[in-house]
Amino acid sequence: MERKRKWRNQCRADRIFDIVNGILMVFIFAVCFYPLYYIVVVSFSKQVVGSYLVPNGFTLAGYESIFQNKDVWSGYANTIFYTVAGVLASLVVTLPCAYALSRKDCVGRNLVMGFIMVTMYIGGGLVPSYINISNLGLINSRWAIILSSLTTAYNLILARSFFYTTIPDDLFEAARVDGCGNGRFFVQIVMPLSKPITAVMALYFGVARWNSYFTEMIYLRDLEKYPLSLILRRLLWSIEALEQMIEDGLIENVSHAMKEVELAGIMQYCLIVVSTIPMMIIYPFMQKYFAKGVMIGAVKG
Amino acid sequence: MKNNKSKIWKKIRVNWMLYLFMLPAIVYYIVFHYVPIYGVQIAFQDYKIGQAFGESAWVGFKHFQRFFNSAWFGTVLKNTLTLSLLNLFLGFPLPIILALLLNEVKNMRVRKVVQTMTYAPHFISMVILCGTVTMFLSPSTGIIGMAINGIRQAMGLNSINVLSVGPAFKWIYVLSGIWQQTGWGSVIYLAALSGVDPQLLEAAEMDGANKVQRMIHINFPVLIPTIVIQLILKCGQMLNVGYEKVYLLQNSTILQSSEVISTYVYRSGIQGAQYSYSTAVSLFNSVVNATILIIVNQITRKLSKENSLW
Repeated sequence: MERKRKWRNQCRADRIFDIVNGILMVFIFAVCFYPLYYIVVVSFSKQVVGSYLVPNGFTLAGYESIFQNKDVWSGYANTIFYTVAGVLASLVVTLPCAYALSRKDCVGRNLVMGFIMVTMYIGGGLVPSYINISNLGLINSRWAIILSSLTTAYNLILARSFFYTTIPDDLFEAARVDGCGNGRFFVQIVMPLSKPITAVMALYFGVARWNSYFTEMIYLRDLEKYPLSLILRRLLWSIEALEQMIEDGLIENVSHAMKEVELAGIMQYCLIVVSTIPMMIIYPFMQKYFAKGVMIGAVKG
Repeated sequence: MKNNKSKIWKKIRVNWMLYLFMLPAIVYYIVFHYVPIYGVQIAFQDYKIGQAFGESAWVGFKHFQRFFNSAWFGTVLKNTLTLSLLNLFLGFPLPIILALLLNEVKNMRVRKVVQTMTYAPHFISMVILCGTVTMFLSPSTGIIGMAINGIRQAMGLNSINVLSVGPAFKWIYVLSGIWQQTGWGSVIYLAALSGVDPQLLEAAEMDGANKVQRMIHINFPVLIPTIVIQLILKCGQMLNVGYEKVYLLQNSTILQSSEVISTYVYRSGIQGAQYSYSTAVSLFNSVVNATILIIVNQITRKLSKENSLW
């Protein structure tokens, strides 16, 4: 009897927990989801204010003015270029090196690994790096963007542990007996077996490239070389400046200026949607690869 | 001995291709990482633009002294520590709690959906995050900015622009960071939780432990090693508040309460062209970070050896 009551109590405690947990999950979901949803809604609205669940007056004016802006187009093209070229270059540098580092018969691999890992803890910092790029004559060059972040120690270690665990030593021995050298072995046998890590690497490098702005901001000078992120930042700051000028009473035709701010306000929401869409489309499909990368990385060494 | 050496050479010759594989990465690290590390010496020199590293005259600790005596020293140190500690205290426990709670969701589809949604903000770029924050907080059109002013008006207070209120900056910085990183931060803990022995949980259930008890006494202890390592690493980053986000969120009206070491380095170094001075500031930053990391690791090693980094 006593025992039975205890059991029933237990169940109730668990049931309460499940309900509370369920409510929390809904809340967490909403907190992450609503801001993103709200941005999309506003981007289709006539007015920012009042568009909470559905657009306050549906219009495509924001998108129209965005697509008429040639800076947006060039920014988009530049971002795509930096991402695609950057990812390809990063893969070419990272994967062969990581594979070589995973080979137990490669003399000196620990030395090279140490040489690379040092940079995880010690760095030149912003200013010496800037001077370095400047002395190389790469200021305002697209090369500065591609070359200055070719690979990272973290990604090299990640790829190395993948090769370590998936490519058995015997495989190369067998291939060597058949007269296959390291180069052919890597291209014809290792690469086809390494699709998952190639996907993870491409995504990691790709997301970093797509989202980057600071490197571009300090190394690039010409507007036509700017990626989308910098174009967006310019728009945001110009609106802030305009709002400040209205507030400070520096503008005579206030109603006209207000209209401009209103449209520019919608435009920034549109620009955010446009620049995030590629990421949000590929993201749900790639999510498991991302998480997988974190798991491989969690294994020490 | 000689025989041994020739054996090594033979091994290297046989696998020469592997060294070719490593070459691009090694060249990259020398040119873009080791050369700047060598260039840190300008912190002790008077560097002039156009000079190569190593060509400038030595001046000792002049730049460090100037930084310690400047009015900005206290300000940037205080702001950096404030952001960092606030981020640690509020941001660090949340991913752990989220992982524990997600782990209790038994419906796999619900769990997947919530997980996917909470990871999503991590992939939004800094410019977009900060742009969104700025837009949401705008007093005239922003959804949060208007709500704040609505509440203030109801309380009989005047309207404000949150973005130009100094003390609000740290909260904007930390809360937006929590929104962006909590979900992604939970990945590593969820991975650790998948290693919990299901038999142990079953036995506890048989013995009458409810879900909360099982979570606290079985699941949580499994996470402790991961938590400790993450915590040590976070402590080593104590003064590393990156410029990317602060720079986008700050504005000239709240510079006093938002300038951190890294943005100060950017402003004085790249924008102000005081190359040697700003390098000294950032070297000071790195030295403090390394010191904290070593101290924290030593303490951890004293407490429990297997949980320390080295």
